[in-house]
Amino acid sequence: MIHLKNIEKVYRTATVETVALNNINLSVEKGEFVSIMGPSGCGKSTLLNIIGLLDEPSKGKVEIGGKYTNGLPDSQLAHFRNQTLGFIFQSFHLINDLPVLDNVELPLLYRKVSSSERRRLASEALEKVGLSNRMKHYPNQLSGGQKQRVAIARAIVGQPQIILADEPTGNLDSNMGNEIMDILTTLNQRDKATIIMVTHDENMAKRTHRLIRLFDGSQVS
Amino acid sequence: MLLNYLKITLAVLQRRKFFTFISLFGISLTLTILVVATAFIDHLIAAGYPEINRDRSLYIWNIKQKDTKNDGQSSGPISFSFINTYVRSLKTPAKIAAVSMPSTINIYLNNHKLNVRYRYTDSNFWDVTSFDFLEGKNYTEQNIANNDYVVVINDYVRDEYVGKGQPAVGKMIEIDNVNYRIIGVVRGCPITRIHVSSDLYFPYNTSKADLKKVDLRGNFAAIILPNNLSDIPKIQTEFNVVASKIKLTDKGDKWFKPDKLFVSADSYITSFTRQFKGDGEDDGVGYFFTIVLGIALLFMSLPAINLVNINMSRIMERASEIGIRKAFGASSKTLAMQFVIENIVLTLIGGVIAVFLSLGVIYYLNNSNLIAYIDLSFNWKVFSIAIFVSLLFGLLSGVYPAWRMSKLQVVEALKN
Repeated sequence: MIHLKNIEKVYRTATVETVALNNINLSVEKGEFVSIMGPSGCGKSTLLNIIGLLDEPSKGKVEIGGKYTNGLPDSQLAHFRNQTLGFIFQSFHLINDLPVLDNVELPLLYRKVSSSERRRLASEALEKVGLSNRMKHYPNQLSGGQKQRVAIARAIVGQPQIILADEPTGNLDSNMGNEIMDILTTLNQRDKATIIMVTHDENMAKRTHRLIRLFDGSQVS
Repeated sequence: MLLNYLKITLAVLQRRKFFTFISLFGISLTLTILVVATAFIDHLIAAGYPEINRDRSLYIWNIKQKDTKNDGQSSGPISFSFINTYVRSLKTPAKIAAVSMPSTINIYLNNHKLNVRYRYTDSNFWDVTSFDFLEGKNYTEQNIANNDYVVVINDYVRDEYVGKGQPAVGKMIEIDNVNYRIIGVVRGCPITRIHVSSDLYFPYNTSKADLKKVDLRGNFAAIILPNNLSDIPKIQTEFNVVASKIKLTDKGDKWFKPDKLFVSADSYITSFTRQFKGDGEDDGVGYFFTIVLGIALLFMSLPAINLVNINMSRIMERASEIGIRKAFGASSKTLAMQFVIENIVLTLIGGVIAVFLSLGVIYYLNNSNLIAYIDLSFNWKVFSIAIFVSLLFGLLSGVYPAWRMSKLQVVEALKN
């Protein structure tokens, strides 16, 4: 499903060169639930961003669903992200000016989906995360856990093959974190979604199929 | 998607009320000034009371003589004899009217001084114009033949001299120690009707000037009314032939011996724009409108640059939203389009405010006495120009920020 070959990411300024990822080779099969762990600054989020086509590697190839994504033009990258990927971020990244339902509809907005169909699918996604009673609320009227559930609903509304979660429980207490993990596990088991999750929490990582450890930009296990 | 754009636009406008106020203030004030200026230009150029035939009339009023050897030139209004000799020789026009340039004079009543403008005209003047006669009638060829000392006054003079709304026809009015019989009262027109506005209209027989004196230059203008619009080029050609045969006479001035003459039968606007270009050959219309457009664009560009600055701040503030949208499938092009639409919505709101402000300003100008009888109108022409200007303004101030926004890297945007 996902194959990374010799991925390197180097950040260069006029005076400093920082290696964020060094020769990463990684494959994730369809339906897998993989977690990535490592100390802060080891390159976890950078790796997730490269898999999610939000960032480009300095070297190496990214293949997703049998297609090489390096050098694709902006419009094709946007289309690929829209159709194949769903993102969950640590700080939720909801649009505060839009009500919950509109936030969840967002990925469908960039597809040819009618307004009524968008409403229906977004309502269904919110029902799956147990937030169908909060559709008309605005993000700043919700708790952290509720916001993350909205973010999950947004990630799954377009039924992407791959869900990328960057520390989805990082800003939540343990109870909320467990609830979110339950939802992700259900998505993986019931809907067969491929999930790659960056986490700091060993307990959360233990609930996934496979754990990848990074240290100073290199894969150590 | 458009609905979503509108929702976001309204939310953004509500979120930053001060920015919204500054943006809308700048846009609406600029557009108001432009709309009022457009209404004023429209008023100056377009046909209107009492020159309702202006669009299908030709004007001859300026004659230019050049001495190419001594590099000298002389120009000014044509003479009454020029009209009689050359203009009235034209066969195609339906009517040819002669009207003098306006002059001012004081009339006195009970120690009350009234400063008024007056003109001399022929009887055709009343045929090429469409004055509303509140009372009486205009003087005719017969009055001129009889050397009648009659005058047509406007309602302002009537109200001041005879009494507000009082009958005036038949009464005598003393002007410059000469008694005139009031023959008609017309509804006045604003001073901006440059060739026809006046407080008093005298038949040319009452003029103290020697109108029979043969000279090219004088104090008159000719207004030519064709039978139909298609006759206009024919009349112009006919007049050009007549003008080309005019002989320039040596008046014994050793410093100025004219050897070239320029005089044309022009549409109303061209009769003025031709003066801008100096040599009299170019009609100057393109030059005039380029200058007007240039000033308008310059005037618009200042608030547009300001709006670009405000928009750039708004973009940085919305970087996270841009990152989110890109992460979920928005392309740079889609986002640029969204931002341009948002900006156009903002400027259209400004445009709507400007429409109401302009209506207020126009109402005030029409009802105040700043310019007597002025009748500015907010017609469809002005309205469509306002909408066009709004859209242009939206595009001008939205495209660059939109382009900058669409180039934001997703990861960088999400970090904000």
